[in-house]
Amino acid sequence: MIGDLLTGYGFWNPLIWVVVMVIGLLFAWLVWRCGESSYDKDTEQTKPYLSGNDEPPKGDVHIRGGNMYWGFTHALKGYYDKIIPLHSGVVNDYLTWFLIGVIVIFVVVIVI
Amino acid sequence: MSLLLDNMPALLIAVSLFGAFLIPIFGRFLPKIRDPWVILVSFLASLIAVINAVTVFTKGTVVYVFGAAAGSSAASIDSGGLPFRIIFTIDGFGAFMLLSAAIVSFAVILYLVSSQKERSGKSEFYALYLLLTAGIFGMVSTGDMFNFFVFLEINSLAAAALVSYHRNGGIAVEGALKYLIVNTVGGLMVLLSIGLLYAQYDSLNMAVIASQMTWTTLNIVALVLFITALAMKAGTVPFHYATPDAYSVAPSGITALMVVASQAGLYGLFRILFTVYGGALNTVTVGWVIIILGILSMVIGVTMALPQKDVKRLLAYHAVSQTGYMLLGVGVALAVLGDPVALSAYGQTAMEGGLFHIINHALYKGLLFLAVGAVIYRTGVWNLNKLGGLGHNMKWTMIFFLIGALAIAGIPPFNGFASKLMIYESVFAFNPILSVIAMIVSILTLASFMKVFHSVFMGPKLPEFENVKEVPKLMIAGMVILTIFVIGFGLVPDLVVDSIVTPAADALLNQGSYIAAVLGGVL
Repeated sequence: MIGDLLTGYGFWNPLIWVVVMVIGLLFAWLVWRCGESSYDKDTEQTKPYLSGNDEPPKGDVHIRGGNMYWGFTHALKGYYDKIIPLHSGVVNDYLTWFLIGVIVIFVVVIVI
Repeated sequence: MSLLLDNMPALLIAVSLFGAFLIPIFGRFLPKIRDPWVILVSFLASLIAVINAVTVFTKGTVVYVFGAAAGSSAASIDSGGLPFRIIFTIDGFGAFMLLSAAIVSFAVILYLVSSQKERSGKSEFYALYLLLTAGIFGMVSTGDMFNFFVFLEINSLAAAALVSYHRNGGIAVEGALKYLIVNTVGGLMVLLSIGLLYAQYDSLNMAVIASQMTWTTLNIVALVLFITALAMKAGTVPFHYATPDAYSVAPSGITALMVVASQAGLYGLFRILFTVYGGALNTVTVGWVIIILGILSMVIGVTMALPQKDVKRLLAYHAVSQTGYMLLGVGVALAVLGDPVALSAYGQTAMEGGLFHIINHALYKGLLFLAVGAVIYRTGVWNLNKLGGLGHNMKWTMIFFLIGALAIAGIPPFNGFASKLMIYESVFAFNPILSVIAMIVSILTLASFMKVFHSVFMGPKLPEFENVKEVPKLMIAGMVILTIFVIGFGLVPDLVVDSIVTPAADALLNQGSYIAAVLGGVL
């Protein structure tokens, strides 16, 4: 069948996947159609309700890139404390790593 | 017509070089036709690359001998059986890489002609672009070791010059200088390795060397230098350091093509391992070396990408990470090269997955760099902490970025999923832990790209970007071309694998057919 990609264990057919997704989206659209239809644009209905408080400036409510995954990087602080300094920006260090790589790979290939 | 068709491999380089050297003349005397000329030359070069690739896929390996009549054998009668002329040997793997370079280079030139419109010094910029294209085409076509080194140098020098082209307060020059130094050292190591082989075999022809290759200490030294230097060109950990430095400061269109330029290094690495050394290798040990380089690249690349605030630097670390998948797939195939049962059971699929990921990565990473470049083009901002809400004003760019992001994260039905699935399942049979690591890296990749997507495009429209507009149509056209391939390759992966990936994998796995195509029964 067109689209069947054999992976060694089974197959993957994106065309079947697309058909399933289209059916899913169609179902979602039908559910959406059953919703409240008396929605008015550009009225109080469109404003976010923040427990009666005024909406802050747009720039303040946007979650910036720096706010994301801080927990992940904090949890891996030990790893990042070691790995980031290796990316020193000094070209001498880059070439030192090249030299280390040459030696290590040479020893591995010779010994094993 | 026949003359043209007979000389297609030579035209592959000649058109790009001829076009490049005429650009400064047009820029000086006929500036109005310079931009159409650049697009025309890039289109012709890509068309020739596609014709060469189609010829290889339909008729088999193309051997082209420079300085001889068309159709001449590599070893002329009076040469004592040794090929001494420069030859191009385009087999399935070379043709596969040509296709990748052809698609990306043409899409990028459309984008660049528009994005560079207000910049100065465009003539030299486009000339360097075509030189970079010629360098890539040459690297993946040549069957001569020294010629490979020459094209590698053209590739690296043109790329470094393009990285530094817009100085950006000196940062770009610094990035380019690091890239240049590191790649020059790598190039010299390649040259030294070629010298070691030439001293032993009296030939620079890959097929001749391959036919006589043995596992000696001198050849091991040459092999290690090849591996490390070409892995550095490809941006593999722990030789990757200059890659993010250069990618993050280059003009965005150039970075998209530099992904392909780096992959030409990967091509060289695989060509050396499978074709030049092939059966002479200690395949298990060297295969594991490649696998470990791949795992390091995947893990360190993605974990370094996550905390980045510079959007292009983040993408650059993901380029390092994705290279790891290619090394993992091909490394597994190399590790089981001496075991026909394992090779047939999962090694071939691992190889095909790794190679399929090369072209997929060139397409979606090219698209991502172009989309991010479009954001920078309109806002002038690179910092994720300062961007936001651009989906309101740049809807097309947002869609292109989202497609690229889903593809790189391995979300179906985009092309990245197909190649990653092949890698996961085949590598699992070899060693389940490696496969699990690859999947975790994919999850982290998705997390990282959701961060970028949210930071750049989501959220309310910000006051500072109130008047931002969508990018010009020609820039959109460049992104559309890559998007079509990202979606198309994802929807019919079986056709892509059967028609271009399997022939590429077969070409690498059958060292004998490469040697026979060049030498016939000469040696």
